Amino acid sequence: MSQSVSERTRIKSERYESGVIPYAKMGYWDATYTVKTTDVLALFRITPQPGVDPVEATAAVAGESSTATWTVVWTDLLTACDVYRAKAYRVDPVPNTPDQFFGYVAYECDLFEEGSLANITASIIGNVFGFKAVKALRLEDMRIPFAYLKTFQGPATGVVVERERMDKFGRPMLGATVKPKLGLSGKNYGRVVFEGLKGGLDFLKDDENINSQPFMRWRERFLYCQEGIQRAMAATGEVKGSYMNITAGTMEDIYERAEYAKDLGAVVVMIDLVMGYTAIQSTAIWARKSDMLLHLHRAGNSTYARQKNHGINFRVICKWMRMAGVDHIHAGTVVGKLEGDPLMVQGFYSTLLSVKSEVNLPKGQFFAQDWASLRKCMPVASGGIHCGQMHQLLNYLGDDVILQFGGGTIGHPDGIQAGATANRVALEAMVIARNEGRDYVAEGAEILQEAAKMCGPLQTALDLWKGISFNYTSTDTADFAETPTANV
Amino acid sequence: MRLTQGAFSFLPDLTDEQIKKQVEYCISRGWSVNIEWTDDPHPRNVYWELWGLPLFDIKDPAAVMFELAECRKANTTGYIKMNAFDASIGTESCVSSFIVQRPSYEPGFYLSRQEVKGRMLAYTINSYSTQGKPAGERY
Repeated sequence: MSQSVSERTRIKSERYESGVIPYAKMGYWDATYTVKTTDVLALFRITPQPGVDPVEATAAVAGESSTATWTVVWTDLLTACDVYRAKAYRVDPVPNTPDQFFGYVAYECDLFEEGSLANITASIIGNVFGFKAVKALRLEDMRIPFAYLKTFQGPATGVVVERERMDKFGRPMLGATVKPKLGLSGKNYGRVVFEGLKGGLDFLKDDENINSQPFMRWRERFLYCQEGIQRAMAATGEVKGSYMNITAGTMEDIYERAEYAKDLGAVVVMIDLVMGYTAIQSTAIWARKSDMLLHLHRAGNSTYARQKNHGINFRVICKWMRMAGVDHIHAGTVVGKLEGDPLMVQGFYSTLLSVKSEVNLPKGQFFAQDWASLRKCMPVASGGIHCGQMHQLLNYLGDDVILQFGGGTIGHPDGIQAGATANRVALEAMVIARNEGRDYVAEGAEILQEAAKMCGPLQTALDLWKGISFNYTSTDTADFAETPTANV
Repeated sequence: MRLTQGAFSFLPDLTDEQIKKQVEYCISRGWSVNIEWTDDPHPRNVYWELWGLPLFDIKDPAAVMFELAECRKANTTGYIKMNAFDASIGTESCVSSFIVQRPSYEPGFYLSRQEVKGRMLAYTINSYSTQGKPAGERY
């Protein structure tokens, strides 16, 4: 026995000899892999470093987002490592983009803790996004398996129950954000809420950065807003609400604000995406228990969702937030001031509202998804829209949406009530025209003019915002052209 | 005041021709239409009186319009609305609702405020139409 004990027991298998071997060879690439119905699937847009093979880059992404580290470790052999390794199983070139590839990765469901977005995201968007072998990386879409979805609460209330609670059927709902965003006192703030609701809106809304600042502490805002809401309800006979932003620095503060809103009789509260996935899930569970609608403002998303080559596609955020349990999420307007290609936005809406959806490459939906009876999440269209675009909004966004006209209500020269009324009349006129079978998209301007004959505020609004549009090219666009459907 | 519940209350009251077109639209979508009436339009009065059952499997809007006319005869002064139901999976709920008759005088609602704890107020909304008057004597 000349060898030492460490030499004698050294691992002989080529796969597990110490050292660095390519990820694809480590078992993170399997072109013949058969996807299981229980697998979590992810599609990444990968820009490999020059000289890195796309298959190896995809395998590396699979490895780094599951079990791998940079070198071989013998402790793998103490685990069912073949099961836990994510499998990259397909790589496609991105159409018309030579240096980018779509890499498909399958993950065993048991890699993720039940009902925890924080856990699944720590893997899927964890270290891997800083990985040097890829120049850029974007998570484009995910398929969440039925079994895993069932471990999430989903929207606290959902579109159907929200409509029943609010008594609003057969038309998009209407909202507005109180402006100016910052600086109003509580009493003046509540005035805007009252005027907007009395004029015909269903909801007013706090802005994302209104929490509890020196110019208006949160209790002042909540008390005066509730007075405005109740007055408007009595004046119109409709159920109305105003999203009270309960976002705060700690969970304790969030719960305190939430309970206070509930005690006041509020029907809806709001939170911001920046407060984090765990805080969002906690608030959603509170909202379900408290019969409260939960609005989510997507503050912060554009820092990682907008650029096409790196980050997270917003449709994945939509998926995660539907799982996390919010009832509303800002999901784009198509025609407003914020980023949003029509096909991409329709993909987001489909992600939020579908019971089941199929693969739809032009809309960026790379996987079929069964939503496992998670409730529907209401998309919110907000940012630079006005009543003159009503036909386009109805056409692109459909009935299940909250159209939020902030400037388009409060900026009306005849006052906030007049602005709200203009929006409501424009909406009802467009919905009734559509239902009557008119070609409302082509005749939109005409339909609005007809409605304005019996509504002065609408005429004023149409004249004021005539021709206002935000025609910039979107950065996040479809990679696949829409295939014309054959006429049968 | 003008009660603005329903999808089309900010437009002039719908004519029968307009109502019929909405019924046609609902039928074309596979929804069933029902008629409800009330003399208490409180925003949280979710159960208006049913005028019979929802009209399932009706293909001709005339049948709905006939029931509307009958409901109007029986309720000449109160509120009447039409609802449409979609029974498909994921919805199974009301998908359209609009007022098709309203009283000539709508007294509206009284907002009562009770001072409770600290600055908090407990709000209650009451329909003037129901104040001290039993059902049947309100309009």
